[in-house]
Amino acid sequence: MNTLTRENRDSGRAHSEQFVAPPASVIEAGDGYTLEVEMPGVTKDGLDISVENNELTIIGRRSLPVVQGTLIHHESRPENFRRTFELDPSIDANKISAGIEQGLATLTLPKAEQVKRRKIPVF
Amino acid sequence: MTLIRYQAPELAPWSAADRWSDLRDDLNSFFELPVWSSFARAGQLFSGWSPALDLYQSNDNVIAVVELPGMRKEDIEISLHDGIVTISGERKREGSSNGEKTERTERYTGTFSRSITLPTRVDGKKVSATYRDGILTVTLPKAEEVKPKQIQVR
Repeated sequence: MNTLTRENRDSGRAHSEQFVAPPASVIEAGDGYTLEVEMPGVTKDGLDISVENNELTIIGRRSLPVVQGTLIHHESRPENFRRTFELDPSIDANKISAGIEQGLATLTLPKAEQVKRRKIPVF
Repeated sequence: MTLIRYQAPELAPWSAADRWSDLRDDLNSFFELPVWSSFARAGQLFSGWSPALDLYQSNDNVIAVVELPGMRKEDIEISLHDGIVTISGERKREGSSNGEKTERTERYTGTFSRSITLPTRVDGKKVSATYRDGILTVTLPKAEEVKPKQIQVR
């Protein structure tokens, strides 16, 4: 019913850049959705969010700290982050806002006015 | 060096995450004891949260870099004991109490703990850490006696 999103794993476009899909969470509140995407190492400047053909694309380019020394144990992945979602028709794409704090991008996706429940006064 | 093996974060599509949370919900209703349900809800029963950790070594320092997106500084703890540094903490679930409902979640909430046996002795008094953009950098200065020294030939 109110699925914010269907994830578009492969939107057919060729990408020369290598990305990994970061973990994300969708939280539904009464008048919209909140989307949280984990992007450690991404600052405000590295965050690139766009909507095209009802498809929301979130790209996070990392600016990782430069560490002096020899790497002796390695688990992190150097790739940038990318995820795409198909927007539910109830979402007002013009009112999406976003911020990033400590590597967690938070997007607010309000529902369009006409789908919000509105009380009609009776005279 | 004993290191806990890192498990890559779930990169599966939504459907897999859905199945996982369905299973979790089933189990929550199955175990009626509150201790079980809260344990299962924290996600620790099936897969813990094991953040990616890199370790560097330079002449003067051992440096641990840990990816911890979306934490509060106060919720991260670093301790050093017997040449083992432990980085632990808790990520609290936020906002789920006031009428909001989580549709799908791939993010771990709950506690994590990573321990690393350091390759060399460090000076515990001089350990410092910074947390920026979701990345924790812990700098552990080597103890004076293990630092490489240049010996002058006369």
